[in-house]
Amino acid sequence: MKKRRMFFRMITASLIRRRSRMFVALLAIAVGATILSGLTTIYYDVPKQMGEQFRNYGANMIFVASADSDGLTTESVDEALSYIKNDQIVGVAPYRYETVTVNEQPVIVAGTDLSGAQKTSPYWYITGEWPSAGGQVLVGKETADLLSVKVGDTIKMTYSAEALENPDQPAETDRSQNEDAVNMTFMVAGTLDTGGSEENYIFMSLEDVASLTGESSKLDVAELSVSATQEELNGYVEKISSSVSDVTPRLVKRVTQSETTVLSKLQSLVLLVTIVVLLLMMICVATTMMAVVTERRKEIGLRKSLGASNKSIVYEFMGEGVLLGAVGGLLGSILGFVFAQAVSVNVFNSTITFRPLLVPITILASMVVTGAACLIPVRNATEVDPALVLKGE
Amino acid sequence: MSLLELKNVSKIYGPLKALDDISLKVEEGEWVAIMGPSGSGKSTMMNIISCLDKPSLGEVLLDGVDIAKESSKKLTEIRRDKIGLIFQQFHLVNYLTAVENVMVAQYYHSMPDEQEALEALERVGLKDRAKHLPSQLSGGEQQRVCIARALINHPEIILADEPTGNLDEANENIVLDLFQQLHDEGTTLIVVTHDPEVGEVAQRTVILNHGKIDREIINENFGKKKQEEQSNEA
Repeated sequence: MKKRRMFFRMITASLIRRRSRMFVALLAIAVGATILSGLTTIYYDVPKQMGEQFRNYGANMIFVASADSDGLTTESVDEALSYIKNDQIVGVAPYRYETVTVNEQPVIVAGTDLSGAQKTSPYWYITGEWPSAGGQVLVGKETADLLSVKVGDTIKMTYSAEALENPDQPAETDRSQNEDAVNMTFMVAGTLDTGGSEENYIFMSLEDVASLTGESSKLDVAELSVSATQEELNGYVEKISSSVSDVTPRLVKRVTQSETTVLSKLQSLVLLVTIVVLLLMMICVATTMMAVVTERRKEIGLRKSLGASNKSIVYEFMGEGVLLGAVGGLLGSILGFVFAQAVSVNVFNSTITFRPLLVPITILASMVVTGAACLIPVRNATEVDPALVLKGE
Repeated sequence: MSLLELKNVSKIYGPLKALDDISLKVEEGEWVAIMGPSGSGKSTMMNIISCLDKPSLGEVLLDGVDIAKESSKKLTEIRRDKIGLIFQQFHLVNYLTAVENVMVAQYYHSMPDEQEALEALERVGLKDRAKHLPSQLSGGEQQRVCIARALINHPEIILADEPTGNLDEANENIVLDLFQQLHDEGTTLIVVTHDPEVGEVAQRTVILNHGKIDREIINENFGKKKQEEQSNEA
């Protein structure tokens, strides 16, 4: 039998046949490894999870027309969007603003992709329903009060390019007489309460605005919600700026900046907790190993009396500790995933992906931490005087 | 040249002289018993001979090498290569089986060989108990495992410290018979005991008192018992 085989036979026998004693140490390592693996998973998943949460606060990028372009069009927006990874685009809401009159009062209508607006502005509070078909509108609360309309009412809108170009002209006199004026009636599907400027608009589909104005591809701005890091967003801005001449992309600083700040603070917190957990695990393992050494002083004395060198004693105790660390690390990496999954489901309401690389990393980290924790107890083990302990002193 | 020679050995702890100018020779193949009351210095002498301790004064020559002058590392090597130890409390590793306990001594000495360890256990009549843990063995059986462990590396000298102190009469006889076999094979035995019956079966008895050799008794009946047994058998 090779010496190495006997070495493993001895240390496995020590761990298996003294399992009740080693259970506490294993538990400490497994718990530490669970937290380590779980927090590392969360650390890497936090940007993704939190990014999705931040998307609830609205768009983080907008497209406007470049200064030297003729304006923003659906084609130029589509071209710009092709530079952003599809799976990172949460929603796109292109907007076109036009002024119409309702009961002789000028009102701004915003044509948009209503399903896209729902994704870029999930915080909008709607009374009634989102418009589900053509001819339906969402009226901002302020405008609804001004026009005295409620859900289910109809609004007759008049669009006249000529009249609106001459606002000084008396409204009552000529606007109805304008032969180019377009009149359309819309049903109020819902009213919008945001606490912001959106309450002053009437939202409808781009197709309805095109019907009113006769122009179909013109846009004023496009709002985007992109689930990406600050660096990625900056990359997209640079790429689109240089590649699509008609579009100027801008980041919504208040969203991207606060997202970056919160994420970095959260990641620092997770890192700090991980370090504290590692230290606690080290202390717990060191304490347990100290108790193990004290309890096994006679055995150490016996081994020395049989001719074991200090190096052999160190190898055996370190071997036990490192093996314990490996088993605890394996348990911890499995339990850590379960822990991270539970946190993700309960806190972020989404699942996380299993990272296979984290298993060997957790095992290795547990082995290193356990090894480091064993250093002092093992040094104590080599100082045992066999003559004294074998006599029972 | 004697296998072991103590020359004017003293061990001093502060004002106490545990051993006081002891001189003793043990020849190869000899069976010596060391006796004396508690505190007479038996254990101190045993620790020095077994390289677990060093004398304060004097020389301890084992195979011509003065172990009193050697480093701790060298003493560990001498103990591993030349000495087999048997303890009163057996001192088996409690989570290793009988055969594994024997193999531990091989592990530190050279190369573990399970077959050889089983043969050593067979020699002490415990082959069928090889896979048992110490807690599953009686005191006598544990002591026999301890003897098998001491024998496994074919040491030049076997030191036994109160080997029958925790055994009943039947097991004591088994152990003494094993010692007799070892002696017959030429193994040098030094047995520390306070049991006169164990002392009587040795070739020579050294009696210590207050750290000094009080007297030495040559056992004139040594070997007669065996001869009688052999003639009875014939």
